[in-house]
Amino acid sequence: MTTAFMLSDLPEFFLHFLTLSLLSIGGAMSTAPEMHRLLVHDRGWLTDADFTTAIALAQAAPGPNVLFVPVLGFQVAGLLGAAAAFVGILLPSTLLSLGVSRWGSRRRDTPGVRAFTAGLAPVTVGLMFSSGWVLALPFVREPAHRVGGIVLIAATVVAMLRTRVAPIWLIALGAVAGALGWA
Amino acid sequence: MLALQGFGGVLAVAQRELVDRRGWLTREEFIAAYSLAQLLPGPNVVNLSLMLGDRFFGWRGAFAAIAGMLFAPLVLVLVLAASYNRLSDYPVVAGALRGMGAVAAGLMLAMGFKMLGTLRRNPMGLVLCALLGLATLVAVAVLRVPLAWVVIGFGVFAWGLARWCIARQERQS
Repeated sequence: MTTAFMLSDLPEFFLHFLTLSLLSIGGAMSTAPEMHRLLVHDRGWLTDADFTTAIALAQAAPGPNVLFVPVLGFQVAGLLGAAAAFVGILLPSTLLSLGVSRWGSRRRDTPGVRAFTAGLAPVTVGLMFSSGWVLALPFVREPAHRVGGIVLIAATVVAMLRTRVAPIWLIALGAVAGALGWA
Repeated sequence: MLALQGFGGVLAVAQRELVDRRGWLTREEFIAAYSLAQLLPGPNVVNLSLMLGDRFFGWRGAFAAIAGMLFAPLVLVLVLAASYNRLSDYPVVAGALRGMGAVAAGLMLAMGFKMLGTLRRNPMGLVLCALLGLATLVAVAVLRVPLAWVVIGFGVFAWGLARWCIARQERQS
């Protein structure tokens, strides 16, 4: 059961996303539980299934995962909802990032900023491997797609390290291989 | 154009274009910008494109970069959302998505391998770097600690450690 969204709800809806923007360290996905609380639990504008679909779609589609936010907005209140949610989630964090980035590049040679760059580099490399691992896991787990998936992953790694091919061609190849049932 | 190629791996595409193919940034500069993008609130890739756009072309570049990064995928994902129930029935669509997912995983891993090289000149030394990187990997991929905690916790610790190492090197030299 869902409750209808009224135009008078729009300020509250917009404000909620504005606040979440500054809490979204590590990406918008980390605030998904908070969005679920408002949209599904407290106000009943969406069902659980709607919510899950929005996240699955944004993860499957090209582009950054933050796109699940406008999809949620779209499900709640059409294009107006999509615009309110998306501007809300991006505006505060965007202004903050721009400010911090400019501040940091003016002080690039101070010990504090140099330590930041040096200290965070191994953590960031670790996170890249983590994302790769998490994305690869479904293929390792599922026996039906294991061989094709692993071959495709390994071929991609080799192509990226040994050639200068643009990633779009590899993605297209992956789509064709998958559609033919090889992955 | 960078954005549509993304597919869960926008970052890998950005690295390929900006570092490997155009040479606008070194690997070290790329990883520094990305570390900062990750620590700040907001989507990493959006923050990253914002910072790089700003660095090369000022604030107009920053906003052009996020608009470019987001507009086409936004339209696509809304169209998908509107037609989702019909599309998900086709096995060909599901298969194609799966194939692209595997390539996305490969792109991410390949970028990790490439960035390993940047750690060689790190003031903390290779052993500490390896330990930090592995601890991050275990925390996120195995223990599934929320990303925000990992980034803040390890980030503050690594920052302190690097400050100490840099200070020690400067005393010695």
